[in-house]
Amino acid sequence: MALTAFLEISHLRKVYGENVAVNDFNIKVERGEFICFIGTSGSGKTTTMRMINRMNEPTSGTIKINGEDVTKMDPVKLRRRIGYVIQNIGLLPHLTIKDNILLVPKMLKWDQKRMDERAVEMIKMAELPEDYLERYPSELSGGQQQRVGVVRALAADQELILMDEPFGALDPITRDALQDLVKDLQQRLGKTFVFVTHDMDEALKLATRIVIMSHGEEVQVDTPEEILRHPANKFVADLIGEDRLIQAKPTITTVGQIQRPAISIVQTATPREALSLMHKTRVDTLLITDPDGILRGYVDLEVINDKFRTADTVEAIMNPKVFYVRQSAVISDTVDRILKRGYRNVPVVDDAGKLTGIVTRAALVDMVYDALGGAATSNNNDTDKDMSTDGPRTDIGTTDVKEGAQAVADVADDADTKDKPAKPAEKEEVHAHND
Amino acid sequence: MKDMNLWQQLVYYFTHNGQYILDQFNRHFLISIYGVILAAIVGIPIGIYVSRHKHLATWVIGAANVIQTTPSLAMVSIIMLGLGLGVNTVILTVFLYSLLPIIKNTDTGMRNVNPDVLDAGKGMGMTRWQILRQIELPLSLSVIMAGLRNALVLAIGVTAIGSFVGAGGLGDIIIRGTNATNGGAIILAGALPTALMAIISDMVLGFLEKRFAARTQ
Repeated sequence: MALTAFLEISHLRKVYGENVAVNDFNIKVERGEFICFIGTSGSGKTTTMRMINRMNEPTSGTIKINGEDVTKMDPVKLRRRIGYVIQNIGLLPHLTIKDNILLVPKMLKWDQKRMDERAVEMIKMAELPEDYLERYPSELSGGQQQRVGVVRALAADQELILMDEPFGALDPITRDALQDLVKDLQQRLGKTFVFVTHDMDEALKLATRIVIMSHGEEVQVDTPEEILRHPANKFVADLIGEDRLIQAKPTITTVGQIQRPAISIVQTATPREALSLMHKTRVDTLLITDPDGILRGYVDLEVINDKFRTADTVEAIMNPKVFYVRQSAVISDTVDRILKRGYRNVPVVDDAGKLTGIVTRAALVDMVYDALGGAATSNNNDTDKDMSTDGPRTDIGTTDVKEGAQAVADVADDADTKDKPAKPAEKEEVHAHND
Repeated sequence: MKDMNLWQQLVYYFTHNGQYILDQFNRHFLISIYGVILAAIVGIPIGIYVSRHKHLATWVIGAANVIQTTPSLAMVSIIMLGLGLGVNTVILTVFLYSLLPIIKNTDTGMRNVNPDVLDAGKGMGMTRWQILRQIELPLSLSVIMAGLRNALVLAIGVTAIGSFVGAGGLGDIIIRGTNATNGGAIILAGALPTALMAIISDMVLGFLEKRFAARTQ
């Protein structure tokens, strides 16, 4: 992290009479971040945003942009450096689109040629036809007006853009298109956005970091993935909503979180030792690691049976071509590969290649089932448990069976027995796996 | 003259006293316009000011209302006690009568400017003066215009009364007619141009009002 953040808010507080609107708000924002403030109404999110360009004056605390304290700057000059987009658009109805876009450049006294070029550039950025420049706001639809509202905030090369529920009044399809536009602009131009919304989908879609606020306090500040993975408390979880948490599972859950203990044996062991381990744990395939636990290959019962007498160690007879997934991989990225290959279960390794467990098809099926809305048709409580519980199970071996039929049978079998493990442990387990 | 009907008498009067009527017409119009312009110079800033201070608006508009309810003849007479006979008395009367519609409409116009537009303007770094000049005034112009229109029509009527204190204007011709035996044609020669002036002023300002309103919706 840089020495001074692009935007640094510390101990910000705003009091209206008796009412504390914002209390001890702190955040450091790097250049190019897309910060979403989200919360219920009255949570102080808009007030906080409006204090950045001094539309509201803080009661105490500091806001620094590039190390400069905004409360010591001329508010008019400050605001000209900051883009501002509001929910109700606020285009000046008596000015053409062009004059609306060029409002700030004009105040900054750009020369006419530069402004003309800028207007054309901006209308293209808004994905509107060039001849719209000469129209008046009332001739445009709401969505088109807000496109103009968005590029108007960028017209003078503002580095920081503040947006106050800019798409709240638009229909869902238009809103989606405008979200794409804003996200694209942010990624292309590298501007820093502070975006106030009460729509969690919008925040999850756009933000690089989300600030969740309630009653003037920051409840949680984190990336969308982290917030979905670890909602700080019940308020956050409720705000996100159960459906979203379930649906997000495959995209935020890592393989490491659903893995189970693997049955393995070191490569120096003899085939006899391997066979006795198979017998003891009732599996037909063993993973083989080196003494440091690095995954080397696997050996199955058939091979041991064939080469039982001729080989000294399992290393000599193991199959080194083993398909594995990384512990840190996200489920949604690996589920296809695993399912298509038809493996019943796949070893999981950490970044160093060390074996940490296995992922079973059954666990993946649960994940996919929940994500695709299976949750809606079954008892919610059960689904919840299903999803997050991977009770300790030692009876699963590491096999590499490729016959589809057998794999399916096995999955069904797994699913049946899986509801039984002790339930209370579920939450802790999810968290533990994450770390 | 006796063998002519009213209409013929009127035409006769116009043809023989055309220049006189035109002079009085101009005088009448100028007295009204001066009064209204003065009232606009004073009333619009007052209207802008009270639009920002709600508690003041009640008092100021209340005071202007009191002026408005005073009969114009009484008002002219009272002011005459101070300023004596002449044009100035009438201009001051017109000024006082014009204040109410101008202040009231300016106040209404300013209050009705969409607060989102003001918020956007301020948020983009406009100064208070720029917000007033570039947003509030253009957007309330049609309402202010309607106030001026009311004021001017009212002023033309008040100016006609002003002849009693020797200010001149078309009222002079009307009074001349009332004093003459069978002066109906002379009364009309004064009254018709007065009415015409009011109607045309109303139409012209109404047209301007609509033009200003067109883009602000």
